[in-house]
Amino acid sequence: MPMITIEKVSKWYNPQFQVLKNCTTAVEKGEVVVVCGPSGSGKSTLIKTVNALEPVQAGTIMVDGLNVTTMKKDLPKLRSRVGMVFQHFELFPHLKIVENLCLGQTIVLGRSEDAAKAKAMKMLERVGLTAHAQKYPGQLSGGQQQRVAIARALVMDPICMLFDEPTSALDPEMINEVLDVMVELAKEGMTMMVVTHEMGFAKKVANRVIFMDAGEIVEDAQKEDFFGHPRSDRAQQFLSKILSH
Amino acid sequence: MRVARVRRVRGRQRVKHWLPLTRLERPSVVRSTLSPQAGRGKKQWPGHCMGFWLGTARGGECVNYNWNWGIFWDQTPDATGTYFGSLMSGLQVTILLALCAWFIAFVMGSLIGIMRTLPARWAVFVGNAYIEMFRNIPLLVQLFIWFFVVPELLPGDLGIWIKQLRNGPFIAAMLGLGFYMSSRVAAQITAGINALPKGQRMAGTAIGLTTWQTYRYILLPLAYRIIFPPLTSEFLNTIKNTAPALTIGVLELTARARSMQEFSFQVFEAFSAAAAIYLVLSAVVTIGMRILEKRLAIPGFNEGK
Repeated sequence: MPMITIEKVSKWYNPQFQVLKNCTTAVEKGEVVVVCGPSGSGKSTLIKTVNALEPVQAGTIMVDGLNVTTMKKDLPKLRSRVGMVFQHFELFPHLKIVENLCLGQTIVLGRSEDAAKAKAMKMLERVGLTAHAQKYPGQLSGGQQQRVAIARALVMDPICMLFDEPTSALDPEMINEVLDVMVELAKEGMTMMVVTHEMGFAKKVANRVIFMDAGEIVEDAQKEDFFGHPRSDRAQQFLSKILSH
Repeated sequence: MRVARVRRVRGRQRVKHWLPLTRLERPSVVRSTLSPQAGRGKKQWPGHCMGFWLGTARGGECVNYNWNWGIFWDQTPDATGTYFGSLMSGLQVTILLALCAWFIAFVMGSLIGIMRTLPARWAVFVGNAYIEMFRNIPLLVQLFIWFFVVPELLPGDLGIWIKQLRNGPFIAAMLGLGFYMSSRVAAQITAGINALPKGQRMAGTAIGLTTWQTYRYILLPLAYRIIFPPLTSEFLNTIKNTAPALTIGVLELTARARSMQEFSFQVFEAFSAAAAIYLVLSAVVTIGMRILEKRLAIPGFNEGK
């Protein structure tokens, strides 16, 4: 059974504007899937529907065998098991780095302060930011903040990770420090769904690539097939534009 | 000379008592407090010409006013203490009323302000209706409603009990002012929450917090910090808006200043003192809030510039 199943999902922002059109795909356990496409094509919306941050009007989404679309009371519990990383980091600016990492652990998972702190420090060590534990997010660079955001998701022991354009808001020289963490995560076998424009990352670690345009999944193919010989014209155009230099 | 004047005042007390608030505007009274002889031979400070203040009542001629800054240490006619003491007890009531009203304003304002940012449509509707109602009826009318109308609407015994309460005016003023200010506080809270990046709510939701937890741990701590300056302003407004409470019989600072003026005729001293006290009180609050704001500031988020 796949970790994430998206079946015939449609979403309207208003009756005139349909952002997702009958999207169907699945992510197997341990698989890394990159979602790409031009802006406004619905990639971010699609990934946010997976942990029900965005409600959908039609279709079914299953995560780890649980139906997210009909779930109500247990949603917070499920969300805590799905790690999410945002384009603009969204660390909590009024909490220190270590507190950012402990909040979910103590309140949602009910861990003790000490256990949460120990886990937080372990994760900070992993992303190489132990020295910044007592700082506030506003005192860190973009790349460091995004690494903290990844650590914040990881301390919850997620069953899969969602990345929503994790490097789009970063200076070029900070992109790699974030990608490195993600590559390592992929190598460890984490199930990942990544919205990104970083084709280098896709080529390196992705198993599959989903190409979206105007709310539709235009192409859903193995990495080699997608980069080697994309079937749709739209994907060919897109690739020729972003790979030309 | 002053003693005689005070006696004269006491003699007129009964009549004066029924004079309306705007007595200053009545030429006859103005003349009586400003008789040309009154100031002769007395210290005239800070200037003997008050004509421009009162309109040149005597054909452009300077009018002498009987300044007497020592009046504050005179006994009040009811012999309970000095005028200064009377103003101070008024100040006490003003502060107490402002604090009680602010408590209501802050609690109700926060609740309603939060409701207006919830995803549920009905919550937004209730919040909006609340704000429109309490914000758009004049404060004075609201005070009258709480004091004169609400007790009548309550079931028999309860209404009578409330009307007989010794501090009934204070409670009515507290409720009236509190709910009036709560509509303004609510608008600020809503603005503060809506000013936060949408991703903050999402990030909280994404790590598994419930809606209430997201507000409690993420949105509110940030929103209150953002709206701290306008909240300070609303608190100062609460202090100043205690003054209309004198109309329903609360003996706060303005009421005390007015009664001092009625008994002593030292209209300028009385209201200068009241004005000065309000200014000092506001200054203390402003300084206190600045210090608090600095202590609550987050490095890299809203540090002072």
